[in-house]
Amino acid sequence: MNVRSLLLTGGGMVALLVSIAVAVTIGPADISTADVWTSVASHLGLGESALAPLRDGIVWNLRMPRTLLAAVCGAGLAVCGAVMQSLLRNPLADPFVLGVSSGASTGAVAVVVLGVGGGAVSLSTGAFLGALLSFGLVLLLSHTLGGSTDRVVLSGVAAMQLFSALTSFTVLTSADAETTRGVLFWLLGSLTGADWGQVLLCTVVLAVVLVVCLGYARTLDAFAFGDEAAAGLGVRVARTRLVLLCATALLTAALVSCAGAIGFVGLVLPHATRAVTGSGHARLLPVTALTGAVFLVWVDTLARTVLDPQEVPVGVVTSLIGVPAFVAVLYRGRSRT
Amino acid sequence: MTSLHTDRVGWRIGDKVVVDGVTLTLRPGETVGLLGPNGSGKSTLLRLLAGVLTPTAGVVTLDGRPLAEVGRRATARRIASVEQHAETQTELTVREVVALGRIPHRRAWTPPTTADLEAVTEALRRTGLTDRSGQSWHTLSGGERQRTQIARALAQEPRELLLDEPTNHLDIQHQLDLLELVASLPVTTVIALHDLNLAAMYCDRLLVLRDGRAVMEGTPAEVLTPDLVERVYGVRTEVTHGPGHPVIRFLRPAARDASPPKRSVTSDGSTAP
Repeated sequence: MNVRSLLLTGGGMVALLVSIAVAVTIGPADISTADVWTSVASHLGLGESALAPLRDGIVWNLRMPRTLLAAVCGAGLAVCGAVMQSLLRNPLADPFVLGVSSGASTGAVAVVVLGVGGGAVSLSTGAFLGALLSFGLVLLLSHTLGGSTDRVVLSGVAAMQLFSALTSFTVLTSADAETTRGVLFWLLGSLTGADWGQVLLCTVVLAVVLVVCLGYARTLDAFAFGDEAAAGLGVRVARTRLVLLCATALLTAALVSCAGAIGFVGLVLPHATRAVTGSGHARLLPVTALTGAVFLVWVDTLARTVLDPQEVPVGVVTSLIGVPAFVAVLYRGRSRT
Repeated sequence: MTSLHTDRVGWRIGDKVVVDGVTLTLRPGETVGLLGPNGSGKSTLLRLLAGVLTPTAGVVTLDGRPLAEVGRRATARRIASVEQHAETQTELTVREVVALGRIPHRRAWTPPTTADLEAVTEALRRTGLTDRSGQSWHTLSGGERQRTQIARALAQEPRELLLDEPTNHLDIQHQLDLLELVASLPVTTVIALHDLNLAAMYCDRLLVLRDGRAVMEGTPAEVLTPDLVERVYGVRTEVTHGPGHPVIRFLRPAARDASPPKRSVTSDGSTAP
């Protein structure tokens, strides 16, 4: 078991490093592969780059943070999705099931369209606060309704509807065409504006949340037969659920505030990974983090090159790939029952 | 020496009292049967005993300490329960399901120990599932699923085992096989049963519940009298004393007015509520 885990994790890491190394060499600016790698190496303190500062900037300040943010987002969304699916015992759960993305969009719109914060608050900060507000509302609502798993899911659906309506209302009544387009682009998920600050923030949150979730790996396994079976196996169900919901919501909020609501990574990748790793979370979580990262690095590369010079929001591409996979998940669920 | 003990334990939800002041003392190694009609509180009492539900009145103690004080994990290392219905969406093999029983013994961040692996192998062997350890849970029959859940419970290495109608939906051969297995285990067992004859055959002691209250407690011979069965279940029976345990024959309700009763059905054919 451990050999297999090591092979899968090691293989995933190699695949991720190779993917990042190749993805940064792809782009509209005509820079040779060798030049890209020497430029990256020089920033890592290895050798000198021969590139002009402008072209060096394209590699180090545009392509690198974007590729890394794609990796971190992919990893984070996949882990959150895997945890949500087990915790809520719902194969269709994803990181946004608790209304985090809808809350984020409302927060972003409040800042961009309504000018809340008077320019002192950025779109990302607004989105982050909106996401946490929505999640807080879901927790409160589900607690009031009795706190069982289906209540949590239903509260999430309610919050999602509420905040989507608020976002649409605000955009339709107050925004001009240009602002609407900008907001829409962000809502669909995009890594266009990635910078090193975002990479750092998301990486730190991802690392902390991943450590917490791995600490709960055994406990997550115990939820396979439901809350009461988990309690019978010594799990403090309410506390575990609160800790894991908060951890994943925090990570999702950070990711959404940087890259918008990139759909389907968190839904589909955990399922695809489970087919290889099995259902044990000690193995599933690290491997799905890696598959999610590799997947999003490549999807983003596709999104920014396929219609060059125009850019497709990465969320659109993940959905185009994700919907058939989603149908496959539904189909499997149907044959099961 | 007592193991698990309830002292006037009760549980209510809203205005409905589900379990009302039940006192029960388990002696190590014995098999206690819980009897009573549907909705009499058997399942709830089992969940209170397992510590999965917190009593709204009274207290459940393990070796003299209240379960709340013992803690969830420590409780799960002593008491294992098998629920009436176990369902999962997760893709798991038989061995993986059984290994869930080791969760209360394991620590975060560490791989399974030799003791963990041995406990799982032993539980599979005892329940006759060794050959099926690689099979998917979803391809198992009802009886095999129950046996797998019992193996999972055994992997917890409990001293108290709580079973909620484990023979439901099983054919008679599998009912007997399963109860033989349970009776052969070196643990204190509480088992909720619908079938009075099976209860008489396999239990050392019976506790009869009605509307959440304990109606009667004692050996099968003491408890299973026509009078008590009629009082609790509202059906008429004839009880004869077989080798070592009473045998119950149910009389057709239509025979109430006609005498003497001409036809009877044994309980084996009428387990469904």
